[in-house]
Amino acid sequence: MKRFAALFTALESTPKTGEKTAALTEYFRTAPEPDRVWTIALLSGRRPKRAVNATELRLWAAQAANVPLWLFEESYAVAGDLAETIAHLLPPATTTAAPSLESTVRALIALTGRAETERREFVLAAWRTLGSDERFLFNKLLTGGFRMGVSRGLMTRALAQATGVDNAVMAHRLMGDWDPAHTLFGDLTQDGGAETAARPYPFALASPLESGPDSLGEPDEYLAEWKWDGIRGQIIARTGAFAIWSRGEDLITDRFPEFAPLQDHLPPGTVLDGEIVAWGGTAPLPFADLQKRIGRKTVPRKLLAEAPAYFLAYDLLEDGGTDLRDAPLSHRRTRLEAVLTALPPGLPLSASPVTTGDWTQLANLRASARAQMAEGLMLKRLAAPYHTGRKRGDWWKWKLDPFTVDAVMIYAQSGHGRRANLFSDFTFALRDGNDLVPFTKAYSGLTDAEFAEITRWVGKHTLERFGPVRRVTPELVFEIGFEGIQASPRHKSGIALRFPRILRWRRDKGVAEIDTLDGLRDLLRQVSEAGALPAEGLKTGALPPDPQDI
Amino acid sequence: MCAQLLSFTDRGIFCADGGFYIDPWRPVDRALITHGHSDHARWGHGQYLCTHQALPVIRHRLGDIRAESIAYGESRQIGGARVSFHPAGHVPGSAQIRVERGGEVWVVSGDYKVEDDGLSEPFVPVSCHSFITECTFGLPLFQWQPQAVIAAQLAAWWQSNAAQGKTSILAAYGLGKAQRLMTLLPDAGPILTHGAVEETTRILRNQGYPLPPTTRVAAGIDAKSYPGALVIAPPSALGTPWARRFGPVSEAFASGWMALRGIRRRRGFGTGFVISDHADWPGLNAAIRATGADRVFVTHGYTTPFRRWLEEQGYDAGIVQTEFGGDEADFAPEADPL
Repeated sequence: MKRFAALFTALESTPKTGEKTAALTEYFRTAPEPDRVWTIALLSGRRPKRAVNATELRLWAAQAANVPLWLFEESYAVAGDLAETIAHLLPPATTTAAPSLESTVRALIALTGRAETERREFVLAAWRTLGSDERFLFNKLLTGGFRMGVSRGLMTRALAQATGVDNAVMAHRLMGDWDPAHTLFGDLTQDGGAETAARPYPFALASPLESGPDSLGEPDEYLAEWKWDGIRGQIIARTGAFAIWSRGEDLITDRFPEFAPLQDHLPPGTVLDGEIVAWGGTAPLPFADLQKRIGRKTVPRKLLAEAPAYFLAYDLLEDGGTDLRDAPLSHRRTRLEAVLTALPPGLPLSASPVTTGDWTQLANLRASARAQMAEGLMLKRLAAPYHTGRKRGDWWKWKLDPFTVDAVMIYAQSGHGRRANLFSDFTFALRDGNDLVPFTKAYSGLTDAEFAEITRWVGKHTLERFGPVRRVTPELVFEIGFEGIQASPRHKSGIALRFPRILRWRRDKGVAEIDTLDGLRDLLRQVSEAGALPAEGLKTGALPPDPQDI
Repeated sequence: MCAQLLSFTDRGIFCADGGFYIDPWRPVDRALITHGHSDHARWGHGQYLCTHQALPVIRHRLGDIRAESIAYGESRQIGGARVSFHPAGHVPGSAQIRVERGGEVWVVSGDYKVEDDGLSEPFVPVSCHSFITECTFGLPLFQWQPQAVIAAQLAAWWQSNAAQGKTSILAAYGLGKAQRLMTLLPDAGPILTHGAVEETTRILRNQGYPLPPTTRVAAGIDAKSYPGALVIAPPSALGTPWARRFGPVSEAFASGWMALRGIRRRRGFGTGFVISDHADWPGLNAAIRATGADRVFVTHGYTTPFRRWLEEQGYDAGIVQTEFGGDEADFAPEADPL
């Protein structure tokens, strides 16, 4: 743990990517191999199962620190991080131990499912013996959320440098659900190794197109397709393996039993990239319908009928066992359609429709995205290979402008992580007759300076405290942006928004000028009616599609 | 019994018997000032009283004021009240103010810390019936390490930067913290100062405080002329053109707020030295106990939880509202002296 703590400190003490990479590279060259494996696992989101829940931790920590629970909670609200709060409150260690990262994690894994007294004694003993940095990291291992300000890409780069393996090859080797408890460093980083049959490819990612597409060059170099609002997924059909992976590298095969028949029909050595959506027959259903299925290990029959899963395929990464990623998109797309055309009818997948056109035609098409249950257009360069991760220049997401309303802040709560000790989580209200009705929360979209200013304002305008939440004078007006709107009986306003965020602080507006809930209800009606239209505009077909289709 | 000896008004803490205010935030006729920080020593009062040690900086900052000074421990009758100033250990010249009337004693802590920093006059507990205490760091999250530990961290950081050919820039509040840091640094190279820091340093050095030699950053003073230097500057100077002259730099911030990882990350300081001129949680509790007071008023900080904590410890506890009206105007460290 000492060495891991030193790595953590080095990574935190610099904002510079180069210095972070150097610190990680050094660690991957010199740390004990089992510790390296666990570090890779933790930095790529493969954390051990929680041995202790947060409620238990709070109780034990408050007792060990000899403070009342309410004071522990007040401290947590200020620090914004449970692991850190505990590390600060505990008395200094009485003796010192220096367990390795590996032995600590293994001990925690062995602890899951044990009786409370046993788990408690283990945690208390660790707290008594670890130094303060290691104690914080130990708590992080306990609580799960492990963010060290290191992206997956940076970690992969450091590992590639430390081992002399090509970066893209390393990214691919790290994919899949390898288990750090049973994986050797050599297996992970060298060729071959375990779990290759179901291993997915690193996903290619698009960059947002902030202004218009004029800067992208000639429109005929691009393919346009809808940007769907579903779950990005990869379907792997290889001899002896059938797997569906989410972009977060969760194995989700069992959650979508609809796709199981594909293993009998897809040719061995096929890997598809596409979007999992809930299907309404001709177009996707709103994301909220798909959401009901996320997080469920098994899906009840009723849900299978109400929100059947469907795969809109947009890329072919492996064809007859050959890695196709270096081939241009035009070729991959042709092969994708050939593979899908050869399938028997009735399977829950099809090629996501594509088109081409000049920028004006595509802009008009994008404007109609909502009616197609899409978020906008994707523009992909026909000559480009399938990149590893986000490589700017070939894939662009051209999303619709969000819906907006002006609303007033009525509750404020302090944030977490780097927004700790700042009021940054707000609840907003719209006018409904003489009332202000809360309709959404939003957390992001302002600068740190604006959050600091609002924090000072909240201090002076608190009407009531509910623990960490303050009810404030309804005075500050913000423009709230959102991507979608849905009826929701669970919310007081009767409405749920998709991706709400703060677009800007309307200092020029007062509470008398905010929007009404009726306005939002009208929008909900319009959107529901538009969504009921039959899907049209893009067609599946051989390339290049007829521009008349637009 | 007539009115409470000290009362809390919209101008600040008021003593009706003496006709004076303590650290008032709006102009008053007669102000007793605990120390020179700008949220305590404000402009516009008719008459100021502070310690001999605090006066030079206050004069420098406020210009032409009518001010008198007094020795630590010296007592003076003002109207119906007897007042004296006692070391608060916060910064050089800082004081707690004791007010007595007919055997009843109140003490206003001002800002304080209990650890002896080797530069400020060390904190002295003053017995009283009612104690008005700051609580900037009034949560158990805040527990400082001994100064010697931080001094070793500072020395190692400076040395490592110098070995990598980097200039070290240390951000710190210009009165008190900056000078305290100087005295903690080893004699390992030149210490450069931003103009705002140098001014107060010069005044305190002239008063006889033992401060190491420093060089004000001016034209021609840069990384070439002073390789491996350590620069002490106000936080606002970081990342500005002023700081660019030093080429490759390592920046750090010295403040009690650096204890919180979220604040460290938000402010963009990878390196934070957790060193404060305010009492930490154990310090606040020890100081309150040492006064023997059974009535405690809390102000400036996490007042709501701290008052509840004190009530659970058996004190008769209250909150003194700050000028901002809210009970936790200091919630945002962004707004605070560091």
